[in-house]
This record gives sequence, structure tokens and C-alpha cells, in this order.
Amino acid sequence: MKQSIFTVISNDALTQNVYKMVLGGDTSAITAPGQFVNIQLDGLFLRRPISVCDYDEKTLTIIYKVVGKGTEAMSAMSAGQELDILTGLGNGYDLSLSADAPVLLGGGVGVPPMYNLAKKLVAQGKSVSVILGFNTASEVFYESEFKALGCGVQVTTVDGSYGKKGFVTDALPESYTYFYTCGPEPMLKAVYKATHTSGQMSFEERMGCGFGACMGCSCKTLTGYKRICKEGPVMKKEEILWD
Amino acid sequence: MGLNVNLCGIELRNPVIPASGTFGYGYEFAELYDINELGTFSFKGTTKDARFGNPTPRIAECTAGMINAVGLQNPGVEKVIAEELPKLKQCFHKPVMANVSGFSVEDYAYTCEKLNKEEQVGWLEVNVSCPNVHGGGMSFGTSPAAAAEVTKAVKAVTTKPVIIKLSPNVTDIVSIAKACEDAGADGISLINTMLGMRINLSTRKPIIANTMGGFSGPAIFPVALRMVYQVAHAVEIPVIGMGGVSSAEDVIEMMLAGATTVEVGAANLVNPYICRDIIRDLPRVMEKYRIENLKDIIGGVKNG
Repeated sequence: MKQSIFTVISNDALTQNVYKMVLGGDTSAITAPGQFVNIQLDGLFLRRPISVCDYDEKTLTIIYKVVGKGTEAMSAMSAGQELDILTGLGNGYDLSLSADAPVLLGGGVGVPPMYNLAKKLVAQGKSVSVILGFNTASEVFYESEFKALGCGVQVTTVDGSYGKKGFVTDALPESYTYFYTCGPEPMLKAVYKATHTSGQMSFEERMGCGFGACMGCSCKTLTGYKRICKEGPVMKKEEILWD
Repeated sequence: MGLNVNLCGIELRNPVIPASGTFGYGYEFAELYDINELGTFSFKGTTKDARFGNPTPRIAECTAGMINAVGLQNPGVEKVIAEELPKLKQCFHKPVMANVSGFSVEDYAYTCEKLNKEEQVGWLEVNVSCPNVHGGGMSFGTSPAAAAEVTKAVKAVTTKPVIIKLSPNVTDIVSIAKACEDAGADGISLINTMLGMRINLSTRKPIIANTMGGFSGPAIFPVALRMVYQVAHAVEIPVIGMGGVSSAEDVIEMMLAGATTVEVGAANLVNPYICRDIIRDLPRVMEKYRIENLKDIIGGVKNG
């Protein structure tokens, strides 16, 4: 974990309420896709945890949906503004288990963490399939970005207004070697049931600190109590204990 | 310039103490900076048996603060002694404050007796004020007689200084503090969190799964300061002040109100370096207000 100041490079709307923010700063604490950052915002007490979409040595890309005061304030920020960010939080995805043909399933704002993961898996020479799930056509983002990485991409919408009608689980390929997923809990449960291989899933919870101090985001797993922010947010399928 | 203070017979290099529940068992913060810079810290509230705590969500944002309803999640005193304290010993080389909670007078005595035997433990901070567990915690801190009963039971099985941590969710905190002092307490710490609540406007349900939780953060500082002032003027034993402390200025204000040492809670969750930063900033603020030795200002507020 590292606390440092980042500068907003760009902050653009991808859909009506989903924004992409690119920040410049010290990303050295980020070690794996699936980790998150925790952002301090003026006038708000707790930091806002946001998943990492992409990163390189000098920049950090996050994609966030405006859902409350914090993300609303972020959406109004412009290039040059500074943010105090804790980086390198949580355990990200373990790429070593993917085998040759992993499938990545992202739902809504669960899509962003799949991007750097896909990029890294493609760089390792893996044959990567990506399924991006949204409610409706106007919410779709990042389809072309994933295609540009060289992944096979399938978009699903619940209302059928774009791509395949249904949920991400309706678009699962016939064969794949492993799965990675991030999205709302009902989707994670469906993926858990529908997949025939092992895999890793990223969970969400309201957090206090984001770095393991407050026990605000604890959950029970088959391998004991875990903190979503510290031992998670990514968990292996084998350890998940649904409520 | 002197930052050192003495808490119940143990010398501290400075009065800054991370509060229980915001600093784990310490070793995780040792990855960030040398935690030996701290006066000491109060470790995660420990009970006789292991506890998972409350269902999630356990956290809610508030204006200038937060609500938590963790519910004393901890591995239980045996595991704390067997697993957590050895890890702490690797990175913290001074007496630690052991924070203890319970669901019966016997629970408190059992856990304190165990921790009393640990060389690393300098003080026992007995939490009779947790608002997040039913049938325990705060129920012992809301009446002078019950608080005194816990104090006596713990004092009977320990040789280390016993500090009773009080709840602000009471009609008259002074009478409870005095009852603890009369029962043999070596110190009083206050305030624990204030009982609070938030409602999600979209779902019309409480944000916290447990409905209510403990409100902390800068918003409660004036209430905490007032209670520290009241209690410190009513008892002879040392008082640890806490509640919304977030800066070196806050530390000095708490000490002027009567605190011998000061705990920092919610601020640790926003800035994990805050206690170190406050300690490093104290000399600047002391110079500004012409303070030579911090211990000289304890209770130094001028009345009238």
C-alpha cells in the first residue's frame, strides 16, 4: 500500500453515468489486476474504494459509476486537479491458474477490472474470451477496447437491446480452462453455478479503511473469516461460502 | 521540548495512542512505518471466545465521521495470545494496551486474567461501552453499579493498571467514572462511539445491517472534549481522552481539558499515517502555543 498524490489527466463520460478517469502518479504499489485504490475527496470523511481498470508505470485508469456524493464529486473533476489516493490495496487476480483459454465475465462496473487482467493474459499468449454484461444498450462500454486487445468479445444485455439477450452466463463458451469474474453479487452467484471450471471472483462490500484495519468488510469463507479489502476482494471459487 | 507523559506509572515518549478497533493488532501498520514512534496503541477489542461480529454492511459514511457496527470481531483471547501477540513482538518493543470486552463480569475477569500474564501488556483497557453487541459491552457501562462491579472483578485478577473505557451514551458519565474510581480503576478512557443511525433513501432501510452503530470522527470531538473535561475534573486518576481527534491541535486541546494521553480512532481509517504525522507535528504546535512540556498542560484549561 502506498499513499500518494495523483493528478487527473482526463475524466470523460463513457455512458450517461459511468466515467473514465486517467490519473498520473506513482503506481508502484499496484501489483496485480483486480486490486483497488481508495480515494480521498474534499468534504467527505471516508475514502472511496474504486477498482483499477488499467495501469502502467506512470498512469492509473479507473472507471466508476456515479452512485452517490463521492462519485458525483469525482465526475465533476477536471484535468490538473489532485487526489490523495491509497494504491495497491487488496489481493488481485492470480494469473498463474488461468491455463490456455480463460473466460472473463464482467457485469456493469464489474467490467473495468477485467481490462488489465485481459491485457496481461493476452500478453502471456493466452486465448482470452470476454463476456461483458449490461442491462441495456445505452450502458455498454469498453467493447472495442477489449476487442483491440485481441480478445474474443461477447456483449450481453438483459433487455436484448444490444448483443446477446440475457445474462453473462447465457454467453459462456462451450469450452474454457478457467474463469475470472467481477460484478454484482447475484451475477457472481449465477457465474458460480454456471461455470464448470475453477475460477476467481471479486467481491464488493462497504468499507471503512480499505486496508485491513477496521474489520468493516469481513465475510465468512470456507477457509475462515476474510476481509474483502485485505484478503479479498478476489476470492477463489473453492473458498466461497454464500450467505 | 518534552512530549513524554506518564500513564499509570508507565512512561510514554508521547501521548498519542491509536484507539482500539482502528489499528488491528498493530503489526499490519508496522509495514507502513515504525510503530515504535507511538506512545503505545490499544489493540483490537478482545473477548473470551472468538467472534465474527455483526452482519455487513457494518460501515456508514456521515458528515465529518462514520458509523461502525463491527461487533467486536476478534479471534478470542487464547488465539490473540498465541498468534497475534508474537507477531506484534517482532515489530513493537514497548508495552501495549490490551483492550478487553465481555458479556458477563466473569468474561471480563477471565480475559483480563489471561492478558495480565503477558509481558507485552502494559495496561488493560476494559471496554464497558461497546454499542454494537447485545447483552454485553455497553450494558455494563451505563450504570455506575455495573461498571464498578466489572472494575472490581478485573482488579481482583490483575496486577497491571486497569483503565475503564466509558460510553458517552449515558445520562451522567461523571457518576460512572467516579464509581469506577471508587472500585479501584487506575484510569478512565473516554469516549467510546456515540450511538447513531443512517437510512438509505432509496431502499428506506437502515444502511447498517445491525440498524444502529457507533458514530465517530471529527464530528464528535466537541462532545468528547466536554466529557473529558467533566470527568477529569471529577476524578483523581488519569484520563485518556478520545473522540474525533485528528490533529496535533486536537491532542493539545484534549490535554488542556484534562487528558493525560490521547487516543486517535476513526482518523486512522482515513489516513493510516495519521498518528505518526500528529506526533511529528506536535513540536511545531507546541512551539506555536509556547508549550515546553506536554505534561505541564494536562488539565490546564483556564476557567472563567
